Amino acid sequence: MNKVPNNKAWFLVLPVFLLVAFSAIIPIMTVVNYSVQDIFDQNTSYFVGAEWYREMLRSPRLLDSLMRQFTYSFSVLVIEVPLGIAVALMMPAKGRMASLCLILVAIPLLIPWNVVGTIWQTFSRADIGLFGWLVNSVGIDYNYASNPGDAWFTVLLMDVWHWTSLIALLCYSGLRAIPEAFYQAARIDRASKWAVFRYIQLPRLKNVLVIGVLLRFMDSFMIYTEPFVLTGGGPGNSTTFLSQALTKMAIGQFDLGPAAAFSLIYYLIVLLVCYLFFTIINQQDNAK
Amino acid sequence: MAEIHLKSLAHSYSSDPKNPGDYAIREMNHVWAHGGAYALLGPSGCGKSTMLNIMSGLLSPSEGQVLFDGVEVNNVPPEERNIAQVFQFPVIYDSMTVFDNLAFPLRNMKTPEIQVQSRVQEIAEVLELTSLLKRRASNLTADEKQKVSMGRGLVRSDVSAILFDEPLTVIDPQLKWKLRRKLKEIHQQFNITMVYVTHDQLEASTFAEKIAVMYGGQIVQFGSPRELFERPNHAFVGYFIGSPGMNLIEVQRCEGGVSFGKSVVHLEPPLLSLLDNMTSNNLKVGIRPEFIHVWDEPTDDAYCCDLIGVEDLGTYKILRLKLEGCELKVRIDEDSQVPVGKAYISFPEQWLKLYVDEYLVEAAVESEVLTHE
Repeated sequence: MNKVPNNKAWFLVLPVFLLVAFSAIIPIMTVVNYSVQDIFDQNTSYFVGAEWYREMLRSPRLLDSLMRQFTYSFSVLVIEVPLGIAVALMMPAKGRMASLCLILVAIPLLIPWNVVGTIWQTFSRADIGLFGWLVNSVGIDYNYASNPGDAWFTVLLMDVWHWTSLIALLCYSGLRAIPEAFYQAARIDRASKWAVFRYIQLPRLKNVLVIGVLLRFMDSFMIYTEPFVLTGGGPGNSTTFLSQALTKMAIGQFDLGPAAAFSLIYYLIVLLVCYLFFTIINQQDNAK
Repeated sequence: MAEIHLKSLAHSYSSDPKNPGDYAIREMNHVWAHGGAYALLGPSGCGKSTMLNIMSGLLSPSEGQVLFDGVEVNNVPPEERNIAQVFQFPVIYDSMTVFDNLAFPLRNMKTPEIQVQSRVQEIAEVLELTSLLKRRASNLTADEKQKVSMGRGLVRSDVSAILFDEPLTVIDPQLKWKLRRKLKEIHQQFNITMVYVTHDQLEASTFAEKIAVMYGGQIVQFGSPRELFERPNHAFVGYFIGSPGMNLIEVQRCEGGVSFGKSVVHLEPPLLSLLDNMTSNNLKVGIRPEFIHVWDEPTDDAYCCDLIGVEDLGTYKILRLKLEGCELKVRIDEDSQVPVGKAYISFPEQWLKLYVDEYLVEAAVESEVLTHE
């Protein structure tokens, strides 16, 4: 069959092209454009090449907040994933209690980010906050506004409170999808509770956990609102994470060039980590 | 050894059963002798799986007793019974290799690894899984998976009974044959009691020495495939076994026998006197399509009926006849002459069965009366 060349067909691709252009390509290219220029005002700018990238990668400000960010995301995952699985395992499978538990577990997810920050800001205050006051009254010196360790603890606790539910709900749905026959077979095979978890439940939770881990990694890696409301990045810079450092630079100091380079590096890191994670998981699947 | 005795067993899923309809299993007594190959046959929802789960311990019966070799095990959990169960859909542990799957029950029992190795090899050989041992179980085909789940039952040396819950549902027809033959071989080799739940009579009769037919939560007959065919104890057995099933005609009492429409079926005196002692008016006569005699021309005792259809099934033909408003099926040989318009049939007395309240009534002349516990 002879192919008839018809360039009109390109018009059919046009809507998609426009959509992608406006939603992704143009905004990103704007940032790329900023990142290679030194901008003084609207009419004065100089091309500086990769200078801002070099500077940013050497900048202690970025590197410190990057380290903090990795530590934070890692801690979040290490706490929330096992905890979420544990919560899902403890939730009743059916009946009225199941619905009640689902609603209770889902509540933190429905609260706006900045409200979460405000709740914990008040809740943890040593003078008027119930949590802060209780901790102090049992003799532990606790003040998130002055002690970096306490600030970290509070920010993590807030994230765990806010987002463990997501993992729990994902796992809960995964657990409900396991046919009853698997549990029955396991009983007949005399599997211990641990073996049931290890060989039936966990393998069957893998898919939801991959999604859960990815979502939690990306969200926690980009976290801004809650620590901003709770600690404002302090004390000092101890809870200043990447996006907050970036915002300070771009909006606070109007360093558009370095901030643009910073954003692109930030973006590439998120992309790279997700890509690596996904590839490793997929490779494991196809390995045997 | 395991003789499984179900003693006045009944089970209801509702906590407060009032009428018989609330029961998944109605009160019954039954013994599965040690080392037998049995099938539990019945339509969907008749209580087959419930009964299986009660035997394996996944369910605790609401009434009556389950005895293993005379010891009550009602409240013994499945993990402490010497029983294995194979489910309708193959249950395998996806993340493990075939070897680890087969070794799983042994390792759970803390069997020394050397024994695990030799035992798994042995069972893999029997099931022809040796070449797959190193493969991940999730990549197997349905029949291989089902063999693995059977293997997990066989691998335990303490297992004295295996219960199969429609294990071949998801298997291709050709492989079904192979697997069923494999099961028979295994049965002979291992001296294990096997109870095989199915709703397929062919599957039941090729696998089992004796078949228990379940209907409405009860075992209505327990016998060899031939007994079920020739002497169905319950109208349902007649209808369910055979292809097509037994012709059942509702009849009334009349002088010298029973009647339907204007036709009279004469009964022998012993049977008549039995019938006279019963009050029920739920009477049926049944005759298998194979046993109806078709005459070429009218005879004295033949009934004349209209031919309404013929189905040619290749190796035999089914005639659909209408007699006094009842449809009857008659099975004739492929090369027999098909009557035109009208057919003359008679019911050979030895194959004509009388059912009162659905149960077979016959004069006690038969030599091999079934002991139906």
